[in-house]
Amino acid sequence: MTPIALEGIEPFAPVAADGVLATPWLLLLLPAAGALLLLLTGRRSDGWGPYLATGLCGGAFVWALVLFAALRGEADRSVDVALWSWVPVGGFQVDLGLLLDPLSMVFVLLITGVGTLIHVYSLGYMAHDPRKRQFFAYLNLFVAAMLLLVLGDSYLALYVGWEGVGLASYLLISFYYDRHSAATAAKKAFIANRVGDVGLSLAIMVMFATLGATTFTEVFGAAEEGGLSTGAATAIGLLLLLGACGKSGQFPLHTWLPDAMEGPTPVSALIHAATMVTAGVYLIARSTPLYELAETAALVVSIIGVITLVIGCVIGCAYDDIKKVLAYSTVSQIGYMFLAVGIPGAAAVAILHLVTHGFFKACMFLSAGSVMHGMDDQVDMRRFGALRKEMPVTFACMTAGYLAIVGFPFLSGFYSKDLIIEVAFDQRGARGWIMGTTALVAAGVTAFYMTRLMLMTFFGRRRWTAGVHPHESPASMTGPMVLLAVGAVAGGFLLTRGDAFLEWLTPVLGTEGEVDHLIEPVVVSLLTVVMLVLGAGTAYLLYGRRAVPMSPPVAVSPFTTAARNNLYLDALNEAVLMRPGQYLTRALVFFDRRGIDGAVSGLAAGVGGGSSRLRRVQTGFVRSYALSVFGGATLVLAALVVARAGV
Amino acid sequence: MDDFPWLTVIGATPLLGVAVILALPRGRDLLVKQVALLTSLVVLGLTIAMCARFEPAGARFQFTEAYDWIPAFGVQYAVGVDGIALVLIALVAVLVPVVLLASWHDADPVEATAAEAAAASERAVVARAAASTGGGSTRVATVEGPPAGGALRPGRSVKTFFSLLLVLETMMVGVFAATDVFLFYVFFEAMLIPMYFLIGSYGGPRRAYASVKFLLYSLFGGLLMLASVIGLYVAAGDQLASGTFNFLALTQLELSTTHQVWLFLGFFLAFAIKAPLFPFHTWLPDAGAEAPVGAAVLLVGVLDKVGTYGFLRYCLPLFPDASRELAPYVIALSVIGVLYGALLAMGQKDLKRFVSYTSIAHFGFIGLGVFAFTTQAQTGAVLYMVNHGLSTGALFLVIGFLVARGRTRDVDAYGGVAKVAPLLAGAFLVAGLSSLALPGLSTFISEFLVLVGSFQRYEVATVLATIGIVLAALYVLLAYQRTMQGPLNPVHARMPDLKGREVLAVAPLVALMVFLGFYPKPLTDVIEPAVRCTQADLGFSDPQPDEGEGVESDAPTPADCQTTGER
Repeated sequence: MTPIALEGIEPFAPVAADGVLATPWLLLLLPAAGALLLLLTGRRSDGWGPYLATGLCGGAFVWALVLFAALRGEADRSVDVALWSWVPVGGFQVDLGLLLDPLSMVFVLLITGVGTLIHVYSLGYMAHDPRKRQFFAYLNLFVAAMLLLVLGDSYLALYVGWEGVGLASYLLISFYYDRHSAATAAKKAFIANRVGDVGLSLAIMVMFATLGATTFTEVFGAAEEGGLSTGAATAIGLLLLLGACGKSGQFPLHTWLPDAMEGPTPVSALIHAATMVTAGVYLIARSTPLYELAETAALVVSIIGVITLVIGCVIGCAYDDIKKVLAYSTVSQIGYMFLAVGIPGAAAVAILHLVTHGFFKACMFLSAGSVMHGMDDQVDMRRFGALRKEMPVTFACMTAGYLAIVGFPFLSGFYSKDLIIEVAFDQRGARGWIMGTTALVAAGVTAFYMTRLMLMTFFGRRRWTAGVHPHESPASMTGPMVLLAVGAVAGGFLLTRGDAFLEWLTPVLGTEGEVDHLIEPVVVSLLTVVMLVLGAGTAYLLYGRRAVPMSPPVAVSPFTTAARNNLYLDALNEAVLMRPGQYLTRALVFFDRRGIDGAVSGLAAGVGGGSSRLRRVQTGFVRSYALSVFGGATLVLAALVVARAGV
Repeated sequence: MDDFPWLTVIGATPLLGVAVILALPRGRDLLVKQVALLTSLVVLGLTIAMCARFEPAGARFQFTEAYDWIPAFGVQYAVGVDGIALVLIALVAVLVPVVLLASWHDADPVEATAAEAAAASERAVVARAAASTGGGSTRVATVEGPPAGGALRPGRSVKTFFSLLLVLETMMVGVFAATDVFLFYVFFEAMLIPMYFLIGSYGGPRRAYASVKFLLYSLFGGLLMLASVIGLYVAAGDQLASGTFNFLALTQLELSTTHQVWLFLGFFLAFAIKAPLFPFHTWLPDAGAEAPVGAAVLLVGVLDKVGTYGFLRYCLPLFPDASRELAPYVIALSVIGVLYGALLAMGQKDLKRFVSYTSIAHFGFIGLGVFAFTTQAQTGAVLYMVNHGLSTGALFLVIGFLVARGRTRDVDAYGGVAKVAPLLAGAFLVAGLSSLALPGLSTFISEFLVLVGSFQRYEVATVLATIGIVLAALYVLLAYQRTMQGPLNPVHARMPDLKGREVLAVAPLVALMVFLGFYPKPLTDVIEPAVRCTQADLGFSDPQPDEGEGVESDAPTPADCQTTGER
């Protein structure tokens, strides 16, 4: 296979930063200090802590804007800030450093921007929670770790952020830890991520064994100068993919993400929709120079993406839990991003979808949280209905997010998702047809389940539980929702105006250059609109025209049953890994006690028994002692004679 | 100050403290504790001063002293430290004050409540039943059990308890400081005695069984080592002018590989039992579970490190050919240990046994690092020894605090404790995260260095060991979930949170774990030169990267691995 040639990509050679650009560490410091302060001061900061945390996150966003302005003014838009010598052992020399370039800048703005909005939202959402100080401490911890993840200038620093967000995610999913389901979901998330981490760890080990380096500059430098063989690049690419699958909820490690909805809803919006789960896309986009050398690994990325986007939207159709539907929709949308990021030259398109998705999915999650807030934490959509009059602002925001995700013309999903379907088709041969068609059909399914969500929640008749009085949420909640809704509506249009966004990223990610399209973009857009109408129409026929039953129908097709059971992937996991693991553990505990320790005890018993038998020799009779003395002396003499004779 | 006998002073200070404690009148328990704590703090201060004077680029052994002890056999009182010994002595100096603080009330005579006495006798019955199925342990196990109608727990003296801990500190400093192999052996064995009494007199219900098992197992290993020590002496007598136990002189011996293998095995088995490496580990869960919490911290945090330290400091330089020959087998045992320890940790119902098994997994990582023969892996292994002391120390302390409150080691008796004791839960979580080597905490650096360094030579073994990081996450989070999360067990509804003294004990460990996670350079800078000397003894150099150019280390390289500091 020939290496892929990307156009417009510049050699990875960040320059040393000076002036304002030398201060990205401030971005990390603000939220990290917030987390530390809130955790260490204990109850004393219960009152002002949440506001401080929000302020610090907002401060980080402001500083990110300052850095953005400074970076735009630079000719060299890739700067490196060395902090200190971190792990210096022999040939393994890693300095802790931060890398600010167009790609990390996009993420920094997304993380701090959406992060700040969700902090504000949480002020309202968590107002009555006695442990809200901890909640905000964990949120700040998350923001700090996520910023380290995208700013670290080596795979090792990325790894620290990578696990830091995993920890924050664990703490936040298990925020209501007295619920078994929450504790178990948090554990599951952490373990699935750890499985992915094995891949990331091994990838770093292979890098060090083959290149003697783990920093981006050295690794990509070697890759660009042809110092890395295709085999090694493929191995690294596949291992990184495993890591990305764990973090981003991609097949086969995706099952933790829907369970993660046990966490408070703002967490689902920030961590499990807008930012953390997209870290895998970041990892692969960041490693573009490696995937350039490893076409097979890049193809596998796309295949994983296609499989996941199908799984996500199929299961999304079957759930009645509003947050789970949104979670599977996230799984599916990140599948789209993986599909794109695996296609040479299309990584920037994936990042575009990542940003627009950050807006509209966060908007939908916050709106769902607002619905739950008004409905006494009910999540079952069969218990909603006719809420559009009770919660007009929430309804409007959710509608904006809905129209964006289904790709309604000129809203943000229309720009980013259509582009992905386009580049999928643009691949040559069967690959293009299969991936393109799948992505296109899945867009229709997305329209179906999202329309279903809208109809069941806001339309139809009231199916509320007795005693529930839906009401609109306070301004601290609706404010961020409205801002995100604006992003969901206008984001795509603004970002793609004059191709500004894609050109901003081209030096880092490259493009595939001029291609003759397999299907003209206009046709693709038309086809997606057709799919949208088909999907939404079907949903309207099933859920808009007919009354929605209060309990899920029992007599359903095996297909629906499978979807309701997560396509039996959880069951498979349990049967193949968990149960045998438990049996193995029990068997080993038995073996350790009876086998190994038994052997030790047996030895001890043998010695004990032997000595009590030997004790009987000590009879106390002089004659028997005399006999043994005689016998011993004879033996010694005999030995001496033999030894002398031998010499 | 160059001539100041740092090591002797540091080693002798705890004994001075013991003398003061023994001279105190009866009944002044609080004063005893304060003297002990003060002594350990003086030792810590002295150690910090010594560390500040250590020159990474200087001689291999520094702060050396040597006096004839038994001239007839060439035995010397010879001490000195390289970077490896230095950081371990520093670990001892940090852990002892922490342990003293945490054990503040562990030796207080407690009036047993009726319920507790009943529970104790019930436990003893269970223990007896378990022991009677366990073959030869029957006799030992039935010795224990509560004294008939005992209202007080049996003969516990505060004086003795704190004296034993301080004596143990002297032994631990001595074992790392010795540069005479015979002296090392003496400390290696003498170290057992205070620990034996700590477990046997102050331990849990099955303390008699556990302490005897610990002692016999260790003595057996020690005996094998003694045989090898004598073998070395004889060989030295043949090759050198006179028999000697001097470590550096012994590294110059030219022995045949077969000869080396036999001597190696003597040392190796002693260390493998001490460490403990699979399958010589079964004494540890018993000892760890029955030992009072402070002693358990020192047992797993420091005493066991003597085993892994011995691999690196004695087995490798003294028997380079045998080490190279046998390394693949040791690596196999280590990787088995990583996975086996982790799986068994998951299956434990007893919280203290759980911690012991996690340690067995960690010792597997250390063994892998030591025998992978690369700078990264061995530096990582030494760093791991220090970090493991901190993290397992913290974990044992927290479990100890929990058990002291809940009065049972059974994991299923807890649940939802985070609700009533959030600080305790937080400390448990941090210690656990450190145990699973979360990046950002110090253990990550060491574990990753071990893996990255081992991968260069043993790819398959390293990949298998890497699976251990998933298992580690499982066992830590399972234990955390079972004890701290879920609905609160109403029995523990009034469990108090950590008190000031307990916070003071855990906080330094947590602070060190975080600090060393982001800035391990002070440690790696002193460890790396010592590790390079070990590599030089072995005749190994790091593998070059397959394709890239690699980076040169800018760490100071020791001028000459055969030199010792003045004096």
